[in-house]
Amino acid sequence: MTRLYRRQSGMSGRRRPGPAMMGFRRRAEERFFKALMIVSTGIVMGSLLLIVGTIIVKGLPALNLDMITKTPQGGFYLGKEGGILNAILGSLYLAGGATLLALVLSLPLALFLDLEARTRTGAAARLRFALDVLWGIPSIVYGAFGFVLMALVGLRTSLLAGIIVVALLELPIMTRAMDEVLRLVPDSLKDASASLGATRLETSLRVVLRQCLPGLLTAVLIAFGRGVGDAASVLFTAGFTDNLPTSLFQPAATLPLAIFFQLGTPFPEVRARAYASAAVLTLVILIVSLAARWLSRKLGKHTLS
Amino acid sequence: MTTSSHLRIRHLSVAFGGQSVLRDVSLDVPDRKITVIIGPSGCGKTTLLKSLNRLLDSVEGARVTGSIFVDEDDINDPKVEVTRIRKKMGLLSQKPQVLPMSIFDNIAYGPRLHGVRNKAVLSALVEKELRAAGLWDEVKDRLHGPASRLSVGQQQRLCLARGLAVEPEIILGDEPTSALDPQSSRIVEQRLMALKADYTVIVVTHILRQARRIADYIAFLYLGELVEHGPAAEVFAAPRDARTKAYLTGEIS
Repeated sequence: MTRLYRRQSGMSGRRRPGPAMMGFRRRAEERFFKALMIVSTGIVMGSLLLIVGTIIVKGLPALNLDMITKTPQGGFYLGKEGGILNAILGSLYLAGGATLLALVLSLPLALFLDLEARTRTGAAARLRFALDVLWGIPSIVYGAFGFVLMALVGLRTSLLAGIIVVALLELPIMTRAMDEVLRLVPDSLKDASASLGATRLETSLRVVLRQCLPGLLTAVLIAFGRGVGDAASVLFTAGFTDNLPTSLFQPAATLPLAIFFQLGTPFPEVRARAYASAAVLTLVILIVSLAARWLSRKLGKHTLS
Repeated sequence: MTTSSHLRIRHLSVAFGGQSVLRDVSLDVPDRKITVIIGPSGCGKTTLLKSLNRLLDSVEGARVTGSIFVDEDDINDPKVEVTRIRKKMGLLSQKPQVLPMSIFDNIAYGPRLHGVRNKAVLSALVEKELRAAGLWDEVKDRLHGPASRLSVGQQQRLCLARGLAVEPEIILGDEPTSALDPQSSRIVEQRLMALKADYTVIVVTHILRQARRIADYIAFLYLGELVEHGPAAEVFAAPRDARTKAYLTGEIS
């Protein structure tokens, strides 16, 4: 079976010298690409293991209950008492708020793209291009842009400013990820809903969204991951503080910045805490991913395959 | 043969991006009969069917001219509310397309859209339509399970029940048995035959034997042109046009 398939799949190839020669070259090609696939898979898996391994080996000794239940005390960055609860909570508030805000903007935008794409492909294509460009803009530029905007309206570094800028950062990612999911919905499904007398909006909200729920959740998750892990965009906008975040108008600490500041010290015990913080950040993302998977399996009961 | 007709097509032409697909089609579809549209692949059968409930609206570059009268409304009139037109027509597609929800909700979907909220009313309706589609006994114990788990044949009958639930006047079938096994096909055909007592049925098919089995009225489309139409018995026995004859004898397909 495999041999037959191989033979057929090579039929459309270029004209080759002779039958004996052909067999050898094609087999070599096959082996080469197989090796290439194994190597690239190895590199991907290897780097993941290496990163997680480094974080665990270097961070685990410094990870204790104080790290995740206390705020930095005096001299924390010199190796003394305290934890990073300020950054954990700050990151959750910030990324959570930003993801919610981005969701409120992304979902209508993605649905609009989906509705318009069938009849006005030009407009949809331009909007997609704009979003792709936004996606590619480095987050430090978002940070700087946010800072300028804050100066303009007189907003100080605060949780709110951070949420807005991270939401802007997440917006193109979430919208395009949702857009790709929505595009997979077959036209025949929309036609089926329409032929029962549903308007386009009713079709979108009652059928398309339901069909796409698991995928949309993944889109939200991707955006959340980007938001919770980004340091550059919050550097100027959310600021940093050793206190727990209590108000939208106060600065808020974030895990990426906590990692950055701790790694920047000359003290080994503080640098070990940076790795411990990285482990916490990774764990946060892991927990959110697992929760989202569980939720999407629950919500996807009726999804058509 | 004189029959009443509340679906009348007048000078309908459809083009996609400059390429003409249907040219000047005029046809009175007889009430409470099965009208079968036959013709080779790519002759515009599906396009004709889609234009009847304005599904071409959402296709980019589609240009529709001419009139389609349902009762006294021209459905191509921009002032006509499209959802009202579509509600009058149930559609069976080539591949059954269930909605991503439970069996019950699939059927209740249409009535809910049109304002039926009462649970008892909905339950009664769901049972009635499932019975009409010949599916009730097979699914009555799993009404709240996913519709996607049904077999393809069951899905097509579910789609039929779903279409009937919005109380249409006309049933459109776009090769409704092409994805089904012979047994399911037979059930769907029998359902359509039973339904013509109350509905006007239009079925597109490229299976001639199916047309012979179920058709009361035949319309033969060839290359976007309505070549011939008439009562099935007459068309099959004595086709007037040479192209119809060639198609029926299998010289062109």
